[in-house]
Amino acid sequence: MTATPDLECKDLTKNFKDFKAVDQVSFDVPQGSFFSILGPSGCGKTTLLRMIAGFQFPTSGDLLIKGKSMIGVGPNKRPVSMVFQHLALFPMMNIGENIGFGLRQRGVNKSEITTRVKRVLERVGLPGIEGRRVDQLSGGQKQRVAIARCMVLEPDVLLLDEPLGALDLKLREHMKIELKSLQAEFNTTFVYITHDQSEALVMSDNIAVMNKGRFDQIGTAKDLYFEPANAFVAGFVGDANRFEGKVTSVDGEIVAIVTDGGVALHGRATQQRPEVGGQAQIYVRPEAIQLSLTKPDATGGRNASERTVDSVLFNGANSLAILRDATSGETMNVALPQTGAFLGLNKSDTVYAQWDPAQARCFPAGE
Amino acid sequence: MRNGTPPKPVVFRRVNSMVSDKSKLGFYLLLSPLILWLVTLIILPHIGLFAVSMSEKVGVREYETGFGNYAVFFNEPLYWRTFARTAFMSILTTALTLVLGFPIAYYIAKLTRGRTKTTLFLMCLIPFWVSELVRTYGWMILLRETGVLSNFLLYIGAIDSPIEFLYNDAAILVGLVYTSILFMIVPLVTTLDSLDDSLIEAGYDLGGTGTSILREIVIPHAMPGIVSGCIVVFMLSLGNYLTPILLGGKDSLWFTGLIYTQFITRFNWELGSAFGFLLLGLSSAVVFIGLKLSRQSLSNTMGR
Repeated sequence: MTATPDLECKDLTKNFKDFKAVDQVSFDVPQGSFFSILGPSGCGKTTLLRMIAGFQFPTSGDLLIKGKSMIGVGPNKRPVSMVFQHLALFPMMNIGENIGFGLRQRGVNKSEITTRVKRVLERVGLPGIEGRRVDQLSGGQKQRVAIARCMVLEPDVLLLDEPLGALDLKLREHMKIELKSLQAEFNTTFVYITHDQSEALVMSDNIAVMNKGRFDQIGTAKDLYFEPANAFVAGFVGDANRFEGKVTSVDGEIVAIVTDGGVALHGRATQQRPEVGGQAQIYVRPEAIQLSLTKPDATGGRNASERTVDSVLFNGANSLAILRDATSGETMNVALPQTGAFLGLNKSDTVYAQWDPAQARCFPAGE
Repeated sequence: MRNGTPPKPVVFRRVNSMVSDKSKLGFYLLLSPLILWLVTLIILPHIGLFAVSMSEKVGVREYETGFGNYAVFFNEPLYWRTFARTAFMSILTTALTLVLGFPIAYYIAKLTRGRTKTTLFLMCLIPFWVSELVRTYGWMILLRETGVLSNFLLYIGAIDSPIEFLYNDAAILVGLVYTSILFMIVPLVTTLDSLDDSLIEAGYDLGGTGTSILREIVIPHAMPGIVSGCIVVFMLSLGNYLTPILLGGKDSLWFTGLIYTQFITRFNWELGSAFGFLLLGLSSAVVFIGLKLSRQSLSNTMGR
């Protein structure tokens, strides 16, 4: 921990008139790591990224890159580069000139530029395309050229503003893996912003979940998924069924609630303990729920219920069944294991669902 | 229908050809105003003009075909010097208009939004609601010896006696730039509007300075607009008659003035026609050279 982090934000705040776009955000990104900022649109993540790039200046707080404060330093003087949402490749230049642009600004001599452009294009796997025009490249190639254009300057931090948003699904899946391997190849710190949780989960070493200008939680993908710090993170990262009800008892970590429909449920509390008599929410992942077609022998299982199938949403490995509780009418989504056991499942069949209370998270409601 | 014998394809073909005949007729009908305009107002007058310019007067109602009128032009220094001067002043006007218009267009296109943008654009347009004559008289009121500028300078004590600002080349340039700047701003705003802001940001992000971004990103992008604005402004200045005569006085020596003199004062239609043709050749040549130098094509710049 003695090494200076590549990027450090201290209580960074940005106000637009009376609206707080970024509110007291603090984090640091160690050298060579892949850091994602995940949040819904309008949460302030773009503003945060633009402050790091230097296009906007913070109202208060400090921003350090390699230990040096960047307050008052223009975007062209910062050791960061940015891959724009729509890549912003210069259509009036060919690929070689695009990548060489930054080097030309630094006054690097021509032969040096040529060799460095050639080398970086080889590293991103596109050797010899210097002479092509921008519109002659495919979406994935443009992506790599945009990254090469930044990486040729050897920035301390590379910022990426949802660059995969414009690609089609197949290519996006492919580019996720490719971005991660490019990051390993260059060993540069990447700061990536996205609203797509799967992009963040797959690529990142650390993820910050941002909501309403604040960081709700910073952690690894597994932390966020299995140990969400609050209801927003639990609902935003991954899919979850949400139940709300009145707390009837708190037994150690296990909280019991009764929903408005009269169903008793149990979940594990986090640091924020709900109080007996107060409202609380329980989040259960669809894949944490066990299904069986026959009534389980052990009747003592908490969260066990008999349900009817409302509909089956087939989507290959991500197939879901929507189950309705007979008494309360509440529905929940359950992942269908594609082992063949549930192939014959049809609407209005009866199934038995249950989950381990330790697999569900309970948060006090009203945040 | 289903059980009956299918109609022979020949019938279909005939119907098809009838439809295409009809659509062809419609096409030519729609095209006819354009053709009429081109032929009667542009091609025919020019053929006539050319024919007149090729006939030399040798006696009363006696004419010979030849290049005599063109020879007169090249042998009389006043004529070809006026010609060169008009070309040079028009190019200067174009350059000045570009230098003045570009920042205005950049401001309107990139630095303003919504209502402000519309208002500014409209303010550029408002002077064009009155005729060119009235606008030029406006400048005369400002610049003449007893005009606003001269009186103001007298009042604040900067000068001792009234100064005549009219009737010199600077006054002509001012008038020409003023008359034609809108035609520079409009195409520039259109092309600059289409420049993605993130390209400029990317330029800064990669270490570019204001000047290098202007040179490498903004100007190359705006080139079609710059060239089309320049072509229009150059043509307007070259063919302008009113502004140089009113603001330049009798010494204005504008080529259109010479043409007017030949046609109206001297009643020498033959020489006037030759002058007209030379002016046409000049503007075509300058536009051609301009396009070659800026590596733009006419369809690329005017087709926008």
